Amino acid sequence: MSDTPDYDFCASHDFYGHTACPGCGEKILYRHVLDVLGPETVVVAPAGCAAVTDGVFPHSLSPVPYLHVAFGATASAAAGVRAGLDMSGRENVTVMAWAGDGATFDIGMGALSAIAERNENVLYVCYDNEAYMNTGMQRSSATPRGCWTTTTPASRLKSEPKKDIDAIMAAHRIPYVATASPAFLDDLKAKVERAKAIRGLRFMHLFSPCPPGWKSDPADSITIARLAVESNVFPLYEVYEGERLRLTYQSSSVAVSDYLKLQGRFKYMSEQEAEDMQSAVERSYAALKLRHEKSKVCL
Amino acid sequence: MNRVMSGNEAVSQAVKLSRVQVISAYPITPQTSISEKLSEICGSGEMDAKFVKVESEHSAMATLIGASSTGVRTFTATSSQGLALMQELLFWVSGARLPVVMVNVNRAMAAPWTIWCDQTDSVSQRDTGWLQFYCWSNQEILDSVICAFKIAEELLIPCMVCHDGFFISHTHEVIDIPEQEQVDTFLSPRKAEYKLDTSDPRTFSGGTMPNMFMEFRYKVQAAFERAQGVIDQTYKQFAQTFGRDYRAVEAYYADDAEILLIASGSAASTVYHTVRQMRESGRKVGLLRLRQLRPLPVEGVLNHLTNEATIAVIDRNLSPGTGGVFTQELRAALHRNGEDCCIHEFVAGLGGRDITAADIEKICDDLDNKTADPAGINWVGLNR
Repeated sequence: MSDTPDYDFCASHDFYGHTACPGCGEKILYRHVLDVLGPETVVVAPAGCAAVTDGVFPHSLSPVPYLHVAFGATASAAAGVRAGLDMSGRENVTVMAWAGDGATFDIGMGALSAIAERNENVLYVCYDNEAYMNTGMQRSSATPRGCWTTTTPASRLKSEPKKDIDAIMAAHRIPYVATASPAFLDDLKAKVERAKAIRGLRFMHLFSPCPPGWKSDPADSITIARLAVESNVFPLYEVYEGERLRLTYQSSSVAVSDYLKLQGRFKYMSEQEAEDMQSAVERSYAALKLRHEKSKVCL
Repeated sequence: MNRVMSGNEAVSQAVKLSRVQVISAYPITPQTSISEKLSEICGSGEMDAKFVKVESEHSAMATLIGASSTGVRTFTATSSQGLALMQELLFWVSGARLPVVMVNVNRAMAAPWTIWCDQTDSVSQRDTGWLQFYCWSNQEILDSVICAFKIAEELLIPCMVCHDGFFISHTHEVIDIPEQEQVDTFLSPRKAEYKLDTSDPRTFSGGTMPNMFMEFRYKVQAAFERAQGVIDQTYKQFAQTFGRDYRAVEAYYADDAEILLIASGSAASTVYHTVRQMRESGRKVGLLRLRQLRPLPVEGVLNHLTNEATIAVIDRNLSPGTGGVFTQELRAALHRNGEDCCIHEFVAGLGGRDITAADIEKICDDLDNKTADPAGINWVGLNR
């Protein structure tokens, strides 16, 4: 993106550095999302890696107002911030909820569904590292089938597929749903730009590599994120009003096994399970592609 | 202007007069008519507020955490299960020093299911860091809600105003609705020193290590310790503006009482009625009406204790294994103040059972005849 602002929020001299692990996807995502949103933004964040690594009181890396809230409270608190700002004549400020997959797919799901049904004017962003990483890698409903976590140990890997949060959110017919990846920054930033310009509830689902939880090399985080997209494990697309779907990256058909093999969390998967995952990914992607071809998205 | 209205409608009028900016609530009996009336008032434009219609009480309080953090005035109302569902966030609100005001319409906690009144829902939240007020009339509800905003915003402590489900929430009385201009002179718009403001970016309620957490809690405690002074001062200003006088503990026939009954909420009005009748027949009975649980108005009670009086607390709540909460609180507080008096404990009216004048007379008889247990729980009207 040529129009990235000069200032870099996370590197600002006025603020304390973050405390995230090397190779953390979340901090890369946060930095670029905030870069696009700019200073007229308020962040609402629940318990989770982002909240902890933002800094310990009195330090905070965030250069915009930042409200920590309880785990299941993100969506409702963001709607409350919106209401308060609107009642104070600050309708121009973007309210961004910034929550992990545990806070979004699990404990905050009811509240998120509610603000979607009410179409609150909030940008809700989920950074998805596919488990409860902050408490030490426990399974969430975002954890994929066949994955190791501390609560789905090698003797009993997760047997249920990942919850399709994007389909759930799109089914609320909110104005905008998008997936994005730290390996495709131009795509990510373009989506944040579009989300910023839309009124109503916008939901963004960001793929967030986690080296300690995924048992991967911190240096491989972006590679893994790229392979997730290229293998269609995490396809990049957007959905308008719950109907028109546009793939923003067309697959180069990398094998799912290429994505799996860089991560220790998948090392207990049997060959059969890996093959099943390959065919499940192909089926899901084919369905998305069909919708993409049927939709006429005019940007 | 005098009007006839229910306790719940009095709440709605007070919220409107207090110029609340963000309301969020979820239906629950017997609170619901507060939300209904406020929806109507907000919808018609009679009140310039945003009513966020949420999917749970947890979300109602979460919404107010967000809204209050932007510096606006906020309100919610609930009962019983709804209050319990909020509990995590009750701690959050007080720790974050947000002056949220909430009305809790007292209703017993299930199981088994019940929609009827007792105070176990709110008294069990006494450790969450909220001020708690208990009302006995519709006028007092309206006045207490208006006062609650002033007190909460001065102390940065959230306030819970409680009244008894159905006994008060759905009972109609004549009340005096003050003029908006009068309320405006008493209650100015909220001025938040810190808020979510992009021109002064700050991070709120972030992770805190053991080297600082205790200091935050100490500050909350310090605010509670000056709370009674702020409350009393607020009542003084309220009386000057509106001509109605309130205090933390209201005494009736207490000075020469041989039996001093302590009660709160609608039960206190039955005690008041009975005490007056018993006085006419020459029995020296008195009433202390407690209007607060937090802060516990210890001084107000101490002022009316005499060596002559036998003291009994009537608790419409139960902490199983311990007893009535007002009793336990008063015993501890009086002991701390060097008072060695015996406090008899009567548990009555749980789950909406009537507390009748006959019950009150029997309590007095049992105290006179020394048939009341001075140490254990005296259950009123229990079918064993």
